[in-house]
Amino acid sequence: MAAILGGLPSSVLAFVYLVAGVLFIQGLRDMTHPRTAPRGNLISAGGMALAVGLTVLVTDILSPVLLFAGLLVGAAIGVWLAVTVETTEMPQLVGLFNGFGGGASALVAGAELIDMFGAGSFQAGVTATAALAGIIGSVTFWGSMVAAGKLHGVVNDSAVRYDGEQAVKALFLVVAVLAGINLAVRPNLLGAVPLAGWVPSYWVLVAAASILGVLLVIPIGGADMPVVIALLNSYSGLAAATTGFVLDNSVLIIAGTLVGASGLILTIIMCESMNRSLANVFFGGIGEASGGDDEEMADIYEGNITSTSPEEVEMILDVADRVVIVPGYGMAVAQAQHAVAELAELLEENGVDVEFGIHPVAGRMPGHMNVLLAEADVPYEQLRDLEEINPTFSQTDVVIVIGANDVVNPSANTADSGPIAGMPVLNVGEARTVIVNKRSLSPGFSGVPNPLFAQDNTNMLFGDGKETMQALVNLYKENH
Amino acid sequence: MTFVQNLTFFVLAAFVGYEIITKIPTNLHTPLMSGANAISGITLIGSVVVAGSGSTTLATGLGFLAVVMATVNVVGGYLVTNSMLDQFRSSDDRKRGGGD
Repeated sequence: MAAILGGLPSSVLAFVYLVAGVLFIQGLRDMTHPRTAPRGNLISAGGMALAVGLTVLVTDILSPVLLFAGLLVGAAIGVWLAVTVETTEMPQLVGLFNGFGGGASALVAGAELIDMFGAGSFQAGVTATAALAGIIGSVTFWGSMVAAGKLHGVVNDSAVRYDGEQAVKALFLVVAVLAGINLAVRPNLLGAVPLAGWVPSYWVLVAAASILGVLLVIPIGGADMPVVIALLNSYSGLAAATTGFVLDNSVLIIAGTLVGASGLILTIIMCESMNRSLANVFFGGIGEASGGDDEEMADIYEGNITSTSPEEVEMILDVADRVVIVPGYGMAVAQAQHAVAELAELLEENGVDVEFGIHPVAGRMPGHMNVLLAEADVPYEQLRDLEEINPTFSQTDVVIVIGANDVVNPSANTADSGPIAGMPVLNVGEARTVIVNKRSLSPGFSGVPNPLFAQDNTNMLFGDGKETMQALVNLYKENH
Repeated sequence: MTFVQNLTFFVLAAFVGYEIITKIPTNLHTPLMSGANAISGITLIGSVVVAGSGSTTLATGLGFLAVVMATVNVVGGYLVTNSMLDQFRSSDDRKRGGGD
């Protein structure tokens, strides 16, 4: 099938790509406020439809059936995933989509190289960027699959470490880079052997980068996933941008770079929120299953733990004027967000000032808690970040911590060393009363015991998040 | 020369991206990520070109696979972002009982 708009001057196509680029930028600008964000998403989608639609129209399509079948199958899978996903499964779905974008970029670069081999000419700059797209795309695809698998519980989500780990990773990186250099310098090296048309050095590179992608994410534990997901997000953009260099396509470069920048900024925010470097997250080995520290924990907790009941908590809340709720990943696991939201609404109706204190790395992806609470109908004005909420704890009557641990650990402020030393935390201990809802005293992801639990003004409300919060809601309803 | 032109796009887009994204509140970081992710599905353009015009069966096959993956990324990404953003509402919305 010849192109429908085959006669269109290339400058028109370039102009439309520019318009699409502007729409992407405007779409992201609208993301700066919850009110304008839905419009921004539509604008961005419009830019995508424009760019893809025109590309389909101007390209000489040799196999239209195949192309449209691909578009239909992809759209059907995309709709199905988007419609059936539960909000609690959002982190793994975002991870999965990241991977698909990266994987597509790697395949495009490979197909383009094969076409060039068929045409008999490789351009040096193109082969080098194709190698880069192949490495980034493959690492993104396989890294995302492992991350999504960990988040979905089908891959062991604790930190898996082994001897010589860094050397093994370095080896696969070296193999991928050498294959890439070979591709850039002597793409026709294996020109005489069978299957040379496949451009074998590219696939060696893809294989090595794929294994590297798996090895990079396997050792990272669940609570560090916000960093991993954000970084893979950045990579999926960079893969698209480098593919843009291969195909000489401006809108791929612009759009890909925007995403690359976005993911990188989120990655940096996540790392700063844990006071750790990116290298430490990837190679540091926090969250290994450790058997130590039991004695230290017993020392801190022995005789200092006050446990409480929903009845007591209801009475404490009865006389409170200001309540701050601090959610953590435990709330997501217990699916307690609706019960928590209902409690907040009840308190508000009875004249209590309620806010949510949200730590940047609470949950499994950037902004995870915000999405869960939005789903449960909590207005976004009530959601406060760390800098906003911390100065208010001293004037707060009751803080309810639900399913959070490391992000409210006061020892992060005082410890000189250890996994959470120097990490900015929510200083909930400054409030008059702290209620901590948790299943047990087991330590958080960092493995560090939490002195907050032993504080005089802390009451432990042991139990499943959803059941406990629902019990509290029912009691509160009976008495008001 | 085209490489330098492409590099120009890359550098300028990086600055624009940095300026905009640092202004996005933490509230919206998840929709930002999934929306940005949908944008990275722009690689679909490249997939369409190689799937449509691949001169060998192999290139066409790879292109087909790339089209499927990139389309999942684009369609799924925008839909999920849209349904997520629909759930964000202010206290005014709640008083009016609207939003749903």
